Amino acid sequence: MPDTLLENIKQAVIDSDAETIPVLTEKAIKEGFEPLEIIDTALVAGMQVVGEKYECGEYFLPHLIISASGMKKAMEILKPHLQSRNQEIEKAGTVVIGTVQGDIHEIGKTLVATILSANGFEVHDLGVDVSIEKFIEAIREHNANVVGLSALLTTTMTVQRDIIEALKEHGLRDKVKVIIGGAPVNKDWAEKIGADGFADDAIRAVAVLKDLL
Amino acid sequence: MKPQFALLNQEIINKILDEAMHLLQDPGVRVHNKEALSLLADAGAKVDFEKQLAFIPEKIIKQAVESCPKDFYLYNLDGERAVHYGGDDIQFDPGSAAVSILDNHTQKQRRPVTEDFVKFVKLVEMLPQLDAQSTSMICADVPEEIGDLYRLYLALLFMRKPIITGAFRKDTWWVMKEMLTAVAGGEKQLAEKPFAVFDVCPSPPLLWSDLTCQNMIDCARHNIPSELVSMPLTGATSPVTLLGAVVQHAAENLSGVVICQLANPGAPIVWGGSPAAFDMRQGTTPMGAVETWMIDCAYSEVGKSMNMPTHAYLGMTDAKVIDAQCGLESSGGALMAALAGVNMISGAGMMDFESCQSFEKLVIDAEIIGMAKRLKDGLKPRDETLALDLIRKHGHNADYLADPHTLKWFNQELFLPSPVIDRRTYDSWVNAGEKTVLERAEERVGDLLKKYKPPAINEKMKVELRNITEKAARKFGMHKLPEIE
Repeated sequence: MPDTLLENIKQAVIDSDAETIPVLTEKAIKEGFEPLEIIDTALVAGMQVVGEKYECGEYFLPHLIISASGMKKAMEILKPHLQSRNQEIEKAGTVVIGTVQGDIHEIGKTLVATILSANGFEVHDLGVDVSIEKFIEAIREHNANVVGLSALLTTTMTVQRDIIEALKEHGLRDKVKVIIGGAPVNKDWAEKIGADGFADDAIRAVAVLKDLL
Repeated sequence: MKPQFALLNQEIINKILDEAMHLLQDPGVRVHNKEALSLLADAGAKVDFEKQLAFIPEKIIKQAVESCPKDFYLYNLDGERAVHYGGDDIQFDPGSAAVSILDNHTQKQRRPVTEDFVKFVKLVEMLPQLDAQSTSMICADVPEEIGDLYRLYLALLFMRKPIITGAFRKDTWWVMKEMLTAVAGGEKQLAEKPFAVFDVCPSPPLLWSDLTCQNMIDCARHNIPSELVSMPLTGATSPVTLLGAVVQHAAENLSGVVICQLANPGAPIVWGGSPAAFDMRQGTTPMGAVETWMIDCAYSEVGKSMNMPTHAYLGMTDAKVIDAQCGLESSGGALMAALAGVNMISGAGMMDFESCQSFEKLVIDAEIIGMAKRLKDGLKPRDETLALDLIRKHGHNADYLADPHTLKWFNQELFLPSPVIDRRTYDSWVNAGEKTVLERAEERVGDLLKKYKPPAINEKMKVELRNITEKAARKFGMHKLPEIE
């Protein structure tokens, strides 16, 4: 029999109730639940239902994003408790993501970052108008194995190529998979500049990355 | 009797503008351009130079709106008035800056090259329904860094109609201005008879990037018209409510009007945009959504309430091939924009949101535009009596085809479509080869291109334009421009 409190957390995730998720998570810890149990039976299980509901057309992007942000808050609460138990969640990969220099379009990049972190990736979102140096620095700092480069303008998509060149110069090209996205970007462009992957929407980005890693 | 269409009333327009002006004071507008920040500070706005944030008081906004020209003309390259920005006049141009083209042989998207864009410019010249050219696609056979100016160069070699364009960089704007000045015969002539408009796009929410802000200031200083293209995305970069998006659009455009008018009071500027009803499933920006059209028409009403010339990106489709969705979405947007009296309606030929151009769609859209213009023209009393005298003359006889009155009026009363639109009987359609709209459109593209005659541009001008373009191309590693037929 699953416990009612864990059921309620799962339900809050399914209901996209971002305020309740962290409150109930806090309560569960106080009542002595194990963090890994909360993650597996409540949070991840809830997110899975959200994903299914999205796939079958019942849910829309706001559900996905709000549930994922509630889950993220819950994970922050659980983090110190995992550390004190010397426990770790197995992560799907470490991603550094950002919108390239000269481009301030946020939405696609944030969508990908959110969906990836809800799917078990450790995501470091560098924001928008991110310089080449900042990408390099962050890849080193977080020991990332994926870098995501977003560009929405035909004028800034060229920076994606520049970053791939810079990765080569810094000897990082073999250490990271490069995925690119953005309105003017397509498969041909990805091949032309030597990126590893291209996804035309955030949901597919997960599948593309899981194939690559 | 011109048909009118309204989504707003004066009370709600006042509320939209009131909220927009309040937004420009709190939280203010982000301006990532030093010159604009200085202009704003000098005019008395509170400016945080470190955070690149400006808080614009109502008085400055109202002054700026006051100093905008209420209307202006674009001229063709023969020096005649061709486009009137102002009042309820409607004009159409192709959607701009496509990154791909729908190949008519494969019906698949590919990157456009020089030859494609030249063909497209010729086609636009040949379609009477289109009032202006646009730098409609980005050629993949030149370096990306000169993508903007190269399009303008090609267009100037083959066009006579005015053009809607835009720069992708701060420095390339100057190269483009040099080309326009060369064609006009001087800066003064260019300002007196403008034939090009630059699109300038704020980024939602409430941000002017360095590039687009500088383009707008440079246009203003040279009296070159610019077109504000604010593009809220409902529920993503703006409130999800349609009126909320219109408020944000108004705030962004008003901040543009202020910066433009501070740079040069009286410089021509257009109240335009390209908002979209963000798709909550795919995360895309549908141009074929009814709510997209509603936001466009509503912001146009807001602009008109201040006597601003207006523009909108409408008449496009999210379809990937030329199918029923393509036709229904393009028609809906174009017809609504026409009824709303949007001065420049940009979008013909465009599909797959704003990313792909198609020759065949362009000629189909020309038919839609023909119908939209006919609709806007409305119903007119042609004779002293509407029909009384004429019907009495004919009595009960159905012999109007033989009446000179029919001959006199039929091609003014009726929009006569090209063979792209099928109005044959079934048997006649079968006998003519059972052609689909795509096949008929392909034929029309071929026919029109065959009939196109290049304008007589003197060789000296061609060499000058080529030199300007080559100089810019060399900077980015291209020493020989692609061949032009």
